[in-house]
Amino acid sequence: MELLWLIPALPLAGFVILALAGARMPRPLAASIGAGSVGLSALIAVVTAAAFFPDQRAHTQNLWKWIDAGGFSSDISLTLDALSVVMVLVITFVGFMIHLYATESMSGEKDGYSRFFAYMNLFVGSMLLLVLADNLLLLYLGWEGVGLCSYLLISFWYSDPANSRAAMKAFIVTRVGDAAMAVGLFILYKEFGTLRITEVMNMAAAQWSSGSTIAVAAAALLLGGAVGKSAQVPLHTWLPDAMAGPTPVSALIHAATMVTAGVYLIARMHILFTLAPQVRIAVAVVGATTLLLAGISALAQSDIKRALAYSTMSQIGYMFVALGVGAWTAAIFHFMVHAFFKALLFLSAGIVIDALHHERDMLRMGGLRHQLPLAFWCILIGAASLSALPLISAGFYSKDLILWESLASANGSAWLWAAGMAGALCTSAYAFRMVFLIFYGKAQSEASHRIAVHLGLRMKAPLIILALLALLAGFLQTPESLGGISFFSAFISTALPSTPTIGTAMSEGTMQYLSGFLSLLGIFLAYIFFLYNPDYIRNFIRKPFGFALHCFLSSGWNVDRLYDILFVRPFIYAAQTNCRDIINLFFLLVALLHKGANRVLCASQSGLVRKYAFGIAAGAALILGVVALK
Amino acid sequence: MTNIPAEYGLVLAALLFATGLVGVLARRNIIFILLSIEIMLNAAGLAFISAGSRWGQADGQVMFIFILVMAAAEVSVGLAIVLQLFHRLKTVNSDEANTMRG
Repeated sequence: MELLWLIPALPLAGFVILALAGARMPRPLAASIGAGSVGLSALIAVVTAAAFFPDQRAHTQNLWKWIDAGGFSSDISLTLDALSVVMVLVITFVGFMIHLYATESMSGEKDGYSRFFAYMNLFVGSMLLLVLADNLLLLYLGWEGVGLCSYLLISFWYSDPANSRAAMKAFIVTRVGDAAMAVGLFILYKEFGTLRITEVMNMAAAQWSSGSTIAVAAAALLLGGAVGKSAQVPLHTWLPDAMAGPTPVSALIHAATMVTAGVYLIARMHILFTLAPQVRIAVAVVGATTLLLAGISALAQSDIKRALAYSTMSQIGYMFVALGVGAWTAAIFHFMVHAFFKALLFLSAGIVIDALHHERDMLRMGGLRHQLPLAFWCILIGAASLSALPLISAGFYSKDLILWESLASANGSAWLWAAGMAGALCTSAYAFRMVFLIFYGKAQSEASHRIAVHLGLRMKAPLIILALLALLAGFLQTPESLGGISFFSAFISTALPSTPTIGTAMSEGTMQYLSGFLSLLGIFLAYIFFLYNPDYIRNFIRKPFGFALHCFLSSGWNVDRLYDILFVRPFIYAAQTNCRDIINLFFLLVALLHKGANRVLCASQSGLVRKYAFGIAAGAALILGVVALK
Repeated sequence: MTNIPAEYGLVLAALLFATGLVGVLARRNIIFILLSIEIMLNAAGLAFISAGSRWGQADGQVMFIFILVMAAAEVSVGLAIVLQLFHRLKTVNSDEANTMRG
């Protein structure tokens, strides 16, 4: 327990060392510092979790006073409860797997090897600070640190302007949410005079009535922050573009850090959200909208990483639905399972992309299952877990819990459930579309004949471990009809309340049959349209309507263009108009005046001594004249 | 000893001063400019002496001694500058020493 501070401190120390001396280090040393710091942190996380496990009491470690000025004080203190144990274990462990993989996969980079690991360490360190923070200010520090690192890593290959633009987009779009969140924190501080999470929650529960305006305002502003970081509608547009970074970065952003910060924030502040029923409904609606929008968009993506990005948005949407109906446990459970299979999918997609010499277009792949057996099995397992293949995949257990509670919870509704079911169909369709396009069928480009793959242990081991977890992690929590293991929910119940359920027309077992059927149906549809008879889709896209639909979906419902018209262009127009306005004219005049005066004075500086003497004499005569005539 | 009216001295001082000023403004040769400045200084000195004798005070003569000392100092600095100028530009024409014009 006393080692708690080392968990975020180790990656941060790794960042400092690599940032100061990394460029002069030999590569193996930089790699072992980069991956080793996160690995050690994971080890300490396991030790701490083991110490936490017997009595499960929340433990707070006060490190030092951060700010103490004018009545405001804030500590650097960390707190560990069941929720942060789960988050820390997932972040450090999955983060370590990704670092280990990156030590080998990034070895082809000409420069920036140590810079990469410095940023990655800072990323993991900030995220750990975020989930361990005892007060909201420290949480916000981690929150912004994560945003900064995403900017740095998305533009890792900064020589391409497109990558820098993607990074700026990610930074600016999440900033919109962050601003809302900051205002939310101001409200909480003004009302309660403290930012310690436990105190804020206790005081909110004691002083605010359910549905009161201030509670709704505070919760809605925090939701704004969560929506931005977690890439939910309407602030979701940065995530597909964030694929400009290297693949391990995408894996880290999507699996262990960054996008799950919003889910964590809402789960952590669950008392506040319980006090604001309207906002909680908004959370569920945002989640449902996102999971449908992203799930359908993913069906039309040809870039493998963009397809995965939309899939992340959609899965986070499921978590938001769960949070919205008060199924806190289900949301965190799905977060954990999602971290495993999404990291697995990204890392194995990285192998495919590298093997095909940076080809990311799935339509130009095909027939790769014999050349890349490990990547094939890993993506198959990841896709199975993503599409919640019944019984054998972890995704089935976590997603089923969400679907069931979205219907059965006291706050649930049939609409949310229906959206979730439709999303489940989309999910399995796009997941297996990916598998069929990449690994089955005919090879579509000659690049697939020039495959040269040499995978070392550092890339193989993380894939195999994550694949096992993507299959087995689900058995921590199974529904009553299938064993009724409730290890996970029992563990996390000390931090998050359980979900009250009401009777429904459908039993849980029936719903499992239905969702299992939808999952298999999605796979079958993917098989029909993308493997058995791919010409049907190809012909459909050639028709005007089909082409328009394809463009609409592959651009993510044209939201980018909408925002461009609604916000970006008016803003640029206003800025350009504003720089020619009256007020600016005044300043232009001042500048002009100075320029003119400068020119006159320059001319007077003739360098002729006699003229200067004349100037003195004339000046003296003038003054004497004035004195004499007065 | 007949008294010379103070006005005569002042008029002479004014004439000398004007001569010096014209010399400073009109001559290009820097040595002549220095000489003209000396004339102007002495014109000022003459004005002090005349005024001092008009009021019967010793102050005017004290001021003249001050002016003499200052003129000696000024000439030594001025001549040093002229020497440097000639050393660098090989000329005593002040109009050619205009390299610091704006």
